[in-house]
Amino acid sequence: MPSELHSPEPQTIDALPPDSALSSLTSLVEVLPDRRTFLKLAALPCFSACAASCLGELPGFSLNAAPPPEEDSRFVVEAQFYDKLQYKKTRCKLCPRECVIDDRERGYCGVRENRGGSYYSLVHSRVCAAHIDPIEKKPLFHFFPGTVAFSIATAGCNVNCKMCQNWDISQSRPEQVRSAYVPPKDLATLAQQNRCPSIAYTYSEPVVFYEYMRDAADAAHALGIKSVVISGGFIQQDPLKKLCPGVDAIKIDLKAFSEKYYKEIVNGELKPVLDALVTIRKLGVWNEIVYLVIPTLNDSDTEFRALAQWVKTNLGSDVPVHFSRFHPEYLLKNLPPTPLETLERAKSIADAEGLHYVYLGNIPGHPAESTYCPKCKRVVIERIGFTVREIHLRKGECEYCQQIIPGVWQ
Amino acid sequence: MRQNPNPNRREFLHSCLASAVIAGGTHPLAPFFSPKEKSKVVIARDQLLRGAGSNPESDRLVKMLDRSMQALYAADTPLDAWKRVVRPGEVIGLKVNTLAGRGISTSVLLVEAICERLREAGIQEKDIVVWDRLNTDLESAGFRPTSRQGRIRYFGNDTLGYEDDLSIYGSVGSRLSKTLTQACDAVINLPALKDHSIAGVTIALKNLFGAIHNPNKYHLSVGDPYVADVHMLPPIRQKLRLHICDALTAQYEGGPSFMPQWTWPFNGLMVSLDPVAMDYVGWQIIEQKRTEKGMKSLQALGRVPNYISTAADVQHQLGTNDPRHIQQVEV
Repeated sequence: MPSELHSPEPQTIDALPPDSALSSLTSLVEVLPDRRTFLKLAALPCFSACAASCLGELPGFSLNAAPPPEEDSRFVVEAQFYDKLQYKKTRCKLCPRECVIDDRERGYCGVRENRGGSYYSLVHSRVCAAHIDPIEKKPLFHFFPGTVAFSIATAGCNVNCKMCQNWDISQSRPEQVRSAYVPPKDLATLAQQNRCPSIAYTYSEPVVFYEYMRDAADAAHALGIKSVVISGGFIQQDPLKKLCPGVDAIKIDLKAFSEKYYKEIVNGELKPVLDALVTIRKLGVWNEIVYLVIPTLNDSDTEFRALAQWVKTNLGSDVPVHFSRFHPEYLLKNLPPTPLETLERAKSIADAEGLHYVYLGNIPGHPAESTYCPKCKRVVIERIGFTVREIHLRKGECEYCQQIIPGVWQ
Repeated sequence: MRQNPNPNRREFLHSCLASAVIAGGTHPLAPFFSPKEKSKVVIARDQLLRGAGSNPESDRLVKMLDRSMQALYAADTPLDAWKRVVRPGEVIGLKVNTLAGRGISTSVLLVEAICERLREAGIQEKDIVVWDRLNTDLESAGFRPTSRQGRIRYFGNDTLGYEDDLSIYGSVGSRLSKTLTQACDAVINLPALKDHSIAGVTIALKNLFGAIHNPNKYHLSVGDPYVADVHMLPPIRQKLRLHICDALTAQYEGGPSFMPQWTWPFNGLMVSLDPVAMDYVGWQIIEQKRTEKGMKSLQALGRVPNYISTAADVQHQLGTNDPRHIQQVEV
C-alpha cells in the first residue's frame, strides 16, 4: 500500500494551476518551514487536481452514500494468476499470500472472487480515484522530474497497513466505493489529453488490479505515455517478471526492515518484497524506494543501517531511498509524527553506508528534498515540496562535473 | 479457556472496565453474560422433521422453535419467551447467513417461523428487517430482497451501505453496516452450523462478519482474534439479543460453500444467549461428525477455531467456552 495520499475531495480539472502557480509556491520556503508554511505546503497536493470531472462518471469519492447497484460485468475479467483446485476452490498466485478461496468467496484483497471454481478480478477498468499529481508526489525523483502523472487507483489492497492514508479505498471492496468505468484506451487518452507524460498506478495497491494495470500500460505505450507503478511490492515473482517489461518505473514502499513489523503492522511479509526489489533491478526497470519512518516501530539505527547495507549490496548505491515522515492515520493514531531529527539520523546512516541518493519526504523545504551530484556535491535538481525549481542535468549528467546521474530523464 | 486466574493489574482493570461497559451500555433485554451462571445452550431436534420427504415440514419446525425458546427462557408459553426477547415498537433485525446459497444457509422456513412469533410478541411487520451482506446472497438462499413499506423488509448491506467512520477494537478496524447501526434496534443472530475451511467453524460468532465492510481482512490466523474482536464492536455487542442456529442441515467439511457430500440432516436448532457457548457446542457437534466419518479433527488440520476461546478470555468476556459452565439442554 503506497504512502501517497489521494485527495478525498473531487475537484475539477480546471483547478490544476499553471506551472507558474506551482512555481510561485516555491518562494514560500527558504528554510525549514514554520507551522503555517508547512500547512500551506501540505496543501500542495490539492493542486494536483482531481480528474473526476474528466472521467464524467465520477461525481465524487464520498463514502456517505451507498453506491447504487451496478452492473459489474464490465469490470470482471478472469484473473491471470491462479490455480483451480478440487471442489471449486481456487488458489490465487498473484501475491505471496496465496489465498485459497471457496466458491463465492473473495481473497484477502477483497477484489478477486471465486465464481464457480474460476477466479476473477472485479476491478478491471474500475477506477475509484483519479488525480493529476506531480511525479514527485509518488515520489519518483529520478523519473521525468517536474512532470505530472495521471494517477489512478481501484479499490482493494493485499495488505492492511495500520498507518494507511488511503484506507477508505484500499480497505474497501469495489462495490463499496464509487467508481467509473475507464477502459485502458480511455485512460491513455485521458492522460494524453491532460498532457501527462505518464500514468501512475497508485493510492491503493496496483498489484490487486494487475490485469487492468498491464492492459493500461500497453494502451499507454501505444500513445507514447509511460507507466509508473507505486506499490508495496508484495507480489509473486512470475507476475512481477511479466509486468516489468511493460512499465517504466516502479516505486516500492519498503515498510520496514523486519519480518516482525511486516507481520504486526502490515499483515504481510518482508522477504517477498526484498525479492521483488532484486528482480526489478535485474530486469532494468527504474526503481526507487520509500521507507516510512514511524516512531518506535521502525526507527532504530540498527534497522536503518541494515536497510542501507542491504540496498547497497543487492541493488547498488544508485537506487534512491526516500525516508518519509509519518503522520498519525487509520489504526496508528496513537503515535506522534516522526521527529525531524529521526529522519535526519536515518539519512546520515544511509549516507554513511554509501547510498548516493538519500532523500527526506513529507518535510517540505528540507534540503534533503533536492538531488545532489555524488561527485561534485552540487545541487543538480532543486525541489521544494513536490515542486522542481531548477534542473542542472544535461543528458543525464551533472552539468557541473559531467557525473552520470542515474534515472530516466528523457 | 484462556481466562487468567491471576490477572495482573492491567488485566484486572481491563476486566473491570469491560464489565462496566457491558452493564452500562446494553439494552435491558440484551443478554448479560455472567461467569457465575451457567450458559444455557438448548438443542431441539426432531427426527421426523422432514416427514417422508427431503424438506423440513413447517409445522414441525415451528414446534421445535417453540420448544427451544420455552426451554431457554423457562417460559410457560412460546409467547412468554418471545416477550422477553423483544418489545413492541422496536425494529428487530434478523441476521441470516446466506453466503452459501440454498442448501446450507439460514432457511426461509425458520425465518418465517421467527417472524410469526415476533408478530405475536407485538412486533409489526414493518419493524422486521431480514438482512445479510448482499442482496444477491439473500436471493440465492431463497429470500426476495424488498424494502416495501409496511412489510417485512429483506435487504443486504449493499442497500444502505456502511458507516463512514471506523469502529475499532483490538485487531479490528471496520465500517459497520448501517442496517445494523441505523435500521435495527436489536438483532437476533441466525447462523448456520457448518465447517469453515479457514476459520474452523462458522456458527454464531463468525456470522457477524456480515456486519462489517472488510471481512476478507480477518481470516488470517484461523480468524483469531478477529472474530472475537468484531463481536466487541459496541453496536454489535449492544444490539445482539439472541442466537438461533439453523442446524436443520449441517456441514462438517468444505464450508463455508455448500458441499452436499459433506452435509447431514441434523434436523435441529440450537438456541442460546451466549454465542461463545453456542460456538463451542456447535464445534463439538461438527468434530463428532468428522470422527464418525473418519475425517481428521480440525486440530490435526491446523484449523482449531481458537477465536472461541479468545471470545471467552478476560479481555472479551463474550461468553464461556468451558464445558463445566455450559448447560446443554436437549428438547
